[in-house]
Amino acid sequence: MSARAVDPRRDPIQPGPTDPVTITFEGREYVGVRGQSVAGVLLANNVLDWRTTSTRHEPRGLFCGIGVCFDCVVTVDGQRDVRACQRTARDGAQVERQHDELPRRVEEAGS
Amino acid sequence: MTDVLVVGAGPAGLAAAAAARRRGAMVRVIDSAERTGGQYWRHLPESRPSGRESVLHHQWGAYQSLRQALESDSGCTIDTETQVWAIERRADGSLRVNLAYGDVDGTRVTETVVPDRLVLATGAHDRALPVPGWTLPGVFTAGAAQAMAKGERIAVGDRVVVAGSGPFLFPVTASLGQAGARVVGVFEASRPSRMARHWLARPWELMGASHKVSELAGYVAHHLRGRVPYRTGFGVVEIHGTDRVEAVTVARLDADWAPVPGTERRIACDAVCLGHGFTPRLELAVAAGCELTDERFVRVDGEQRTSVDGVFAAGEITAIGGVDLALAEGEIAGWVAAGGRSADASVRAARRARDRFARFAERIATAHPIGASWSTWLQDDTIVCRCEEVDAGTLARVAESTASVGLRSLKLTTRAGLGLCQGRICGRSVEQLLSGSSGCAAFADGATTDRRPIAAPLRIGDLARAPQSTETSPHHIP
Repeated sequence: MSARAVDPRRDPIQPGPTDPVTITFEGREYVGVRGQSVAGVLLANNVLDWRTTSTRHEPRGLFCGIGVCFDCVVTVDGQRDVRACQRTARDGAQVERQHDELPRRVEEAGS
Repeated sequence: MTDVLVVGAGPAGLAAAAAARRRGAMVRVIDSAERTGGQYWRHLPESRPSGRESVLHHQWGAYQSLRQALESDSGCTIDTETQVWAIERRADGSLRVNLAYGDVDGTRVTETVVPDRLVLATGAHDRALPVPGWTLPGVFTAGAAQAMAKGERIAVGDRVVVAGSGPFLFPVTASLGQAGARVVGVFEASRPSRMARHWLARPWELMGASHKVSELAGYVAHHLRGRVPYRTGFGVVEIHGTDRVEAVTVARLDADWAPVPGTERRIACDAVCLGHGFTPRLELAVAAGCELTDERFVRVDGEQRTSVDGVFAAGEITAIGGVDLALAEGEIAGWVAAGGRSADASVRAARRARDRFARFAERIATAHPIGASWSTWLQDDTIVCRCEEVDAGTLARVAESTASVGLRSLKLTTRAGLGLCQGRICGRSVEQLLSGSSGCAAFADGATTDRRPIAAPLRIGDLARAPQSTETSPHHIP
């Protein structure tokens, strides 16, 4: 286990009761705390990457955490290019990995 | 009555709004985030109440009182999840501020306002220098680790390495510890001799900033008690892993941050937090036409006026100075924007605080400059521009083979800085690599990576739906 939610029983802020929120990513359900971002729910479940880059096909996830770097963009309920660190997770949200292929030459793409 | 539009609801923006209200202006504060407080007071949502959230923060009381005063004030409107996506200057000198609000990155509504006065308090974001392997999942900016800890109660890793330069590494380490992560090492690139020379010289200048000194001392004590290894003159020079971070290589750095061969050591970890200082968020100031300083911050006078009539700036966009300086600058900016003078008794305390903390900020900046030789730890295939996946070798080859001296053509040839983040993350590093300079690079075409006419991406559909030529005062609530 690496990335994870703080254990509420050991949290020095003495958290009150919270409500769960469930999202789906790549066919699996992940439970987080209501009010968390999409990135927060995924990280709480030790999911670190949710985008594949175009050129090197490498995994990416959260980087700057404050909406500046756009590394964490993901598709939410069919809408592309949503920053996972900025979008609050809604119950039942369908989150999909974003992988934008580079454009192919017309000759290769044809037929 | 004067209309003041404040952009940014962090310490500087909130202080500006409160002062402008005190002077009798109508105020509208906007922020792109869901909650006010900025990055400094980033906190849990209302839906997650807790007994002692204050333990995660400094000056939490100051935030609470600013927030309560503004939220209960009918002369102040606070619009969160609202972003300025462009500022246009008209021929008569007035500024059209184009806003978008609604679901973040969802379908948004646009609005254009023409405020009497504009206070820019857009803050800064972390700068992270490229390091081989820094695109692996599990590598975060130091600010991301803190944002996740304070705003979501998430530990980004179990065994975490913190590396970079500057006093911000301390609060990040503290936040990680409070989230239950084990910080296996903090690696500060600056050398102790330099830090001691600049932090401790002329101690009388720090009178009044003593709580900052004791805050830093508190962090140092925390490290010793918690047995977090804190090494100065060291840096992370490579990050290892296949699909996620597994280890880092740290090495001793010389005075210019070149790794010293033979000093490398491998440390197993599952997360890395990088913070090599901060980059001010200048795009709105640049779009408004504000002059910058040689160090590339917004130039302001003693009244926080920028070079553009009616536009004020406060906080980290004028210098990286921390919360006290931001609060003082914000208060003066808001007061003067609303028609007051900085000489007025009402802002005397803010004026004194600004002078005091400005000196503290200068000292931190000179103790932690970016080393001139940082790029020596790059490898040919190390990604520099994360969006467009442009590596260091490509940048070096293009700079050499085209012999171009213009930044625009170099960017177009390499595609570095042309991706979704518009060069926010890599811009300054790309400039330094292409120009071979370590400081603020200068190109023959006078271009920099700070100019971004479209300050935030907007969907074409949202623009198409926008009503034509509706301009409102900032207080028109649709």
